[in-house]
Amino acid sequence: MEKKKGKFPFIIEERLCKKCGICVSHCPAKVFTAGPGNEPRVTNPRKCTGCNLCFFRCPDFAIQLEVSP
Amino acid sequence: MDIPVRYGDYIDWDQLPHLWCPGCGNGIALKGVALALAELNIPLHKLLLATGIGCSGRAGNYVSFHSFDGTHGRTLAFCTGINVTQPDLKIIAFLGDGDCGAIGGNHLLHAARRNLNITVIEINNFNYAMTGGQFSPTTPLSSITSTSRKGKAEYAMDTASLVAEAGANYVASTTVYHTSQLNNFIKEALLTRGFSFVEVMSSCPTYYGRYNHIGDGPEMMKWFKEKTLPRDKYEKLSLEEKQNYIERGKLVQRNREDFLTTYKKRRKK
Repeated sequence: MEKKKGKFPFIIEERLCKKCGICVSHCPAKVFTAGPGNEPRVTNPRKCTGCNLCFFRCPDFAIQLEVSP
Repeated sequence: MDIPVRYGDYIDWDQLPHLWCPGCGNGIALKGVALALAELNIPLHKLLLATGIGCSGRAGNYVSFHSFDGTHGRTLAFCTGINVTQPDLKIIAFLGDGDCGAIGGNHLLHAARRNLNITVIEINNFNYAMTGGQFSPTTPLSSITSTSRKGKAEYAMDTASLVAEAGANYVASTTVYHTSQLNNFIKEALLTRGFSFVEVMSSCPTYYGRYNHIGDGPEMMKWFKEKTLPRDKYEKLSLEEKQNYIERGKLVQRNREDFLTTYKKRRKK
């Protein structure tokens, strides 16, 4: 997979997300902000550096590749 | 690190969402296994995920290949039989710290000594989380759990060193925070022929994090970042400072013959 700077390459599946907040607090580029129910919202997709850390650290399999696996 | 796109083939998406608590590290470790399998491109019919009892014991429900749920601690005894009768099967044992250190300690030692062709992923969350947060052999000294309200009085067991001494071919330990290290270790363990052991220190925000005032899932991840040190840095610390840190990193990588190879050699004589 080629890395594209400035584009958030994942989708967040709400069905699987348990709103633990790991992606929000551990993103090095602060791409996410927490909503009122602590759910992650992609508010700064342009800042994404493509490090994939949110994907690897999501314990609920909610952050997925846009190509459905 | 790049993502192998076909990792989803190894996950049973219909069974998700899983039952693990928000912020629990079990999902990260299971994802690490799926990513490593996808990268190595191992076909589904040649895989088996054997689990024990406890939180980690539910992992078998969320994979799309064969899974097997053993009795508490005895999973490696069953795996021995499976390995001998089905030598082509890649066996991954997904065990908890109770399965490895406490009730299954003996089975772990002798599976490592025999050097069976099994990969063990130990999910070490420092307590018995499914039964209410009692202390386990791997709980660090002076931690608060539901059976040690004033701090645990016993020293912790280092299962990784134990397995290395027993004769395993590959031993490494890491945390769920250091995901690229975790994915690499699982991949290397799967490539090893013989007994391979990866200790994954996992977060338990519901019991261990709450009792010890560490915090929720993200806070526990930060705790792993601050509390663990790579093995070379840890060795340089004094004895008193070592009490404050947990070591992580590769411990052993060697190339001993596995049980079935040595057994077949003896049979030919």
